[in-house]
Amino acid sequence: MKRVRIGNGCGFWGDNLDAPIALAEHGQLDYLTLEYLAELTMSILAIQKQRDPGSGYAGDFLDVLKRLGTTLVAKPAMRIVTNAGGMNPLACARRAREILDATGNANRKIGIVSGDDLMPRLDELLQAGHQLCNLDTGEPLHPVRDRVVSVNAYLGSRPIVEALVRNASIVITGRVADACLTVGPAIFEHGWKLDDINRVAAATVAGHLIECGAQVTGGLSCRWETVPNLADVGYPIADIAADGTFRIEKPPGTGGIINRETIAEQLLYEVGDPRRYLTPDVIADFTTVSVRQVARDVAEVAGSRGNPASDSYKVSIAYRDGFTSSGMLAIPGPDAARKARFAGNMLLQRLERIGICFAHSHVETIGAGELVPGLTPAYDPPEVMMRVAVRDTSKQAVERFTKEFAPLVTSGPPGVTGYTTGRPAVREVFAYWPALIDKSAVHETVEIL
Amino acid sequence: MSQLAPLSTIAHGRSGDKGNHANIAIIAYTADGFAWLQSHLTSDIVGRYFAAYEPSSVERYEAANVLGLNFVLRDILAGGASRSLRIDTQGKSLALALLRMPVELPEVHESMLRATEALP
Repeated sequence: MKRVRIGNGCGFWGDNLDAPIALAEHGQLDYLTLEYLAELTMSILAIQKQRDPGSGYAGDFLDVLKRLGTTLVAKPAMRIVTNAGGMNPLACARRAREILDATGNANRKIGIVSGDDLMPRLDELLQAGHQLCNLDTGEPLHPVRDRVVSVNAYLGSRPIVEALVRNASIVITGRVADACLTVGPAIFEHGWKLDDINRVAAATVAGHLIECGAQVTGGLSCRWETVPNLADVGYPIADIAADGTFRIEKPPGTGGIINRETIAEQLLYEVGDPRRYLTPDVIADFTTVSVRQVARDVAEVAGSRGNPASDSYKVSIAYRDGFTSSGMLAIPGPDAARKARFAGNMLLQRLERIGICFAHSHVETIGAGELVPGLTPAYDPPEVMMRVAVRDTSKQAVERFTKEFAPLVTSGPPGVTGYTTGRPAVREVFAYWPALIDKSAVHETVEIL
Repeated sequence: MSQLAPLSTIAHGRSGDKGNHANIAIIAYTADGFAWLQSHLTSDIVGRYFAAYEPSSVERYEAANVLGLNFVLRDILAGGASRSLRIDTQGKSLALALLRMPVELPEVHESMLRATEALP
């Protein structure tokens, strides 16, 4: 039976930069996928694009592509599928084109998947009656309309398949559902129909398992002490057969571990109802799959079932919501927790005295049971980290806040230390607004470069 | 007779965020352990354990195929990844916290413990 090997070398923007190289070289891959976009990454990229129309994509991908130059020459059949395009897949593809041409890969075509960016059409869509109500609260979008910075539909696998059909060997997308980076290649290679629900569901399970990179190969494992050589953790490969059964593996000789437990932990990661895992392609039922260890660090997953997807795409909206900052100082005992709370509150009091009050503020004593509050019985830890965070619409007030940590080293309780990294940074807050939109209102496009 | 032990004696898990909601997967090491979880680790108990977060609701889903229970605690992330002022903006630490929960296991519970690796 035909099989296709899809390895994911990047689980988020900021993930290990060497992992994609190692996976491409040693994974015997048909496809390398690279996943860069979290819910809020799009808003950051949107702001970058506003400032510079040639930016707005995950720049890390271009560094990876440069380093992969000779590997791509040596492995002409290996393709790449990535959502690195972010808010600007075309600009990302143009830069990728230059890199491919300069590294002896001029013959490789780039497929560009876009149409997910609904920001340019937002008012047109609202006027046409698409209210983009908040999925959690039901509120309509218009009260925050003026603060919206990005609106992206999560596209499905169809345009990725189209790009592959048109001989793209590097596919660069904007916002697509993460699992689709795997599902698209599986559909294309096996010639499945998009409505072959159970097989599409199977590939969706595979995509979900590998989309967070090392989280399925030993990262975050509750049995962390027993994971071999986690420092050299291998990134995951889904080896998918034509009937939809697949194996999760990693390159031989790498660190980490794959077993029923790592698969189970990742299967349920960031999931609501496991019988209804929603993607633009399918509603996958995670409770039907069986997981079997077939060799060391090889798990076989079979029995995936699904139901047809809905007529809506999920839409991720971000809007400006003020500014935030947080800082920490180390506070030694005795009475470390009480001292830390005293110092944190005093920091806020000093700002109040000069007329600065924050809409939201929060003092934590990390190490005294406040990472998860309300659980740990009281005890006297030898030291804690005092952490103070604020959020407010006034950038000036938040900037002033960042200057109140250093004074505590001389005017706070005894022993305050840890002020070596300078003042904390001020960050703009982009609030998250999930919504739905009719699929018919979204026009996905595929271009070849 | 029974004895008090942390939930991690018979289970492992992982947690993460969905906007302002968190999910906590608790996975038994064995079928007997899963049966124990099914009857003892109710959404009420989990909700009370995390009462300080004031969840608006706690739903429990079963994934018996992987011996897992999945809890969804709604509205507990103080605004979620971008807005929360907590150090753990995404609820990553919640599964570990739940696994620390002292539970009353039957005196004889060897069949709930993780078996040593037996590779094919």
